Amino acid sequence: MAALALTQGGPGAAWFHNRVLAALLVAALCAALGLAFLSVAPNRLVSGTGLGLRELLSPAHALLGLPFAGLVVAIFVRPSRAVHATVVVSAALLLAGLVWLAGAEAARHSGALPTLTRVSLGGGFWAVALLLWLMAADALQRLGLSLAQRTLAHVAVLLPLFLLLGAGALDQLSLLKEYANRDDVFRAAGLRHVQIVAATLLPSLLIGVPLGVAASRSERLATTLFAALNVIQTVPSIALFALLIAPLSGLAAALPGWGIRGIGLLPAVIALTLYALLPIVHGTASGLRQVPVAAVAAATGMGMTARQVFWRVEVPLALPVLLSGLRVTTVQVIGLAVVAALIGAGGFGALVFQGLASSALDLVMLGVLPVVALAIVVDAGLALATAALEGPQP
Amino acid sequence: MIELQAVGKAFGTTQAVDEVSLTIERGEFVVLIGPSGSGKSTLLKMINRLVEHDRGKILFKGEEIRSFRPEDIRRRMGYAIQSTGLFPHWSVARNIATVPELLGWPAARIAARVDELLALLGLDPQAYRGRYPHQLSGGQQQRVGVARALAADPEALLMDEPFGALDPITRQTLQGELARIHRASGKTIVLVTHDIDEALRLATRIVLLDHGRIVQAGTPAQLLAQPANDFVSDFIGRSDLGLKLLGLQTVAERVRAGEPAEGAAIAATMSLREALSLFVERHVERLPVADAQGRVVGALHFADLLARPP
Repeated sequence: MAALALTQGGPGAAWFHNRVLAALLVAALCAALGLAFLSVAPNRLVSGTGLGLRELLSPAHALLGLPFAGLVVAIFVRPSRAVHATVVVSAALLLAGLVWLAGAEAARHSGALPTLTRVSLGGGFWAVALLLWLMAADALQRLGLSLAQRTLAHVAVLLPLFLLLGAGALDQLSLLKEYANRDDVFRAAGLRHVQIVAATLLPSLLIGVPLGVAASRSERLATTLFAALNVIQTVPSIALFALLIAPLSGLAAALPGWGIRGIGLLPAVIALTLYALLPIVHGTASGLRQVPVAAVAAATGMGMTARQVFWRVEVPLALPVLLSGLRVTTVQVIGLAVVAALIGAGGFGALVFQGLASSALDLVMLGVLPVVALAIVVDAGLALATAALEGPQP
Repeated sequence: MIELQAVGKAFGTTQAVDEVSLTIERGEFVVLIGPSGSGKSTLLKMINRLVEHDRGKILFKGEEIRSFRPEDIRRRMGYAIQSTGLFPHWSVARNIATVPELLGWPAARIAARVDELLALLGLDPQAYRGRYPHQLSGGQQQRVGVARALAADPEALLMDEPFGALDPITRQTLQGELARIHRASGKTIVLVTHDIDEALRLATRIVLLDHGRIVQAGTPAQLLAQPANDFVSDFIGRSDLGLKLLGLQTVAERVRAGEPAEGAAIAATMSLREALSLFVERHVERLPVADAQGRVVGALHFADLLARPP
């Protein structure tokens, strides 16, 4: 009957209210029942055996049924703010509950003594966690909150996970064991990653914004410039890194005292800057182009100097578009910086490639998760900044 | 106040403005009118150096405008354009304060001036000061645009089709306001339009342009009564020339004092064009005329509409 209503839709199925939630919940159930929730291996080098959620759950976990029931009921209840809030809270609780369950199971398998046993999070866990996150995000969207409120709510949904992490409830998971083994390497990689991103963004802005301003003034320059930047964008990142090694090594040989090297931070930053130029130049140019012609004409006609027109009228009106270009660029650079580890630039990418080389999937995750988190946090921060700047406009 | 001597401007091979000479006296309301491509807008923009003239001389208060910095001359002349060009990221108050701010007025004087201008343009300062342009109707935006042009009490006001994008009713209201401001302030105004009714209503002098040259310049009555050639008659509109002439005069100019007439009295300030409409509508040959206090002062005879303008 539920499946019938799902396909029928329309007013005939008035008792069936939230189709998105229903679809996500069905998918989550399939993932929970069909995929391994945890995988247990005797040591970190061999592949483990999968454990389904069905095998893990016992009557002792009955409390988890409460938020699950909340989600199921929300599908069939007339939508209201209270229902959406219930979905957010239920999804957050269920997510925290499952993470806690994974941590507890890992602890049970590892026992009290130090052991080589590794308990990793399986595909089922990641799929269910992602789907629960989507349920919460969808409900937050429906609540019609402001951007700032929504961002805060997302933080609140994730808060229990950080509490579990801080309380040590997850310490026996393989992911955390990898972290414990490489605590200092992880911190150094994080610092390096941020350094790469910052060292890329600074020259990108210093070169890209003036180029964007020039491109917005001259159609001819814009055509040539964007053609060149588009070509750079089509070169695969590994190829671009490799291409830079030879000329930089040559330069290093020619200028021995300058600290130039064919591998490491310098070629990485140069390559990433070349990639970052397109969105920065594009954001600047299109931001300036969408400034109303009449506003510039009026500003000039009333006696502003060219500089005053630029700083008082054009820049503030172009800033939201420029900032969203910067947002895209930053997220792109955070991701691309992973590949820079291949030429010895370091960063989280070093963990990823080390993990890939030793087929240690949890080490790969240890490199990937902070990159994703960094990208999401920076994206949200810049989105908030853009919204604050747009303030009075429609 | 503004003197153009044999001014010319070419864009490539096109002569946009050709040998134009025109003297605009203090307090005049000059309307530049003509078909599109006639050079009227270019001519206006040459006065505040948005377009530089390449032949002839333009004098502002006796001095060639090239002897000033472009910004300085622009700050001395208010400027309003069709799409208002209000700055969307600034409040109404800040928009109006643009030129006073450029001139470095103290904040208190600017705030007082903004309120004064909002009131002058019929916008409640309390309610509108803090709003943003997108929160206003088209007519209100143009009111703010005019207020902004007037902000620093400029010596002259240049307006480039300021009411072109407004609906007919709003346009008429704003034309009325502008006429009132002109009468009250005695400002020199140069306005570009392609709307002949707007020109007839506002101008003390109409300058009709075609292909960059002045075809005829004169008072609205002169243009209607003595068009220089067929182009002028065509442009003004042959079919309702008589109606337009009547539209320029008021009942007060033709009233026969002390004579009686039947029916409801009409106001002495009504245009003869509207009076003609009432003659036809009421099937009468006489209409009683009342003064501003509503006292009947005489009668308007249908036959008197035919008299030549004084």
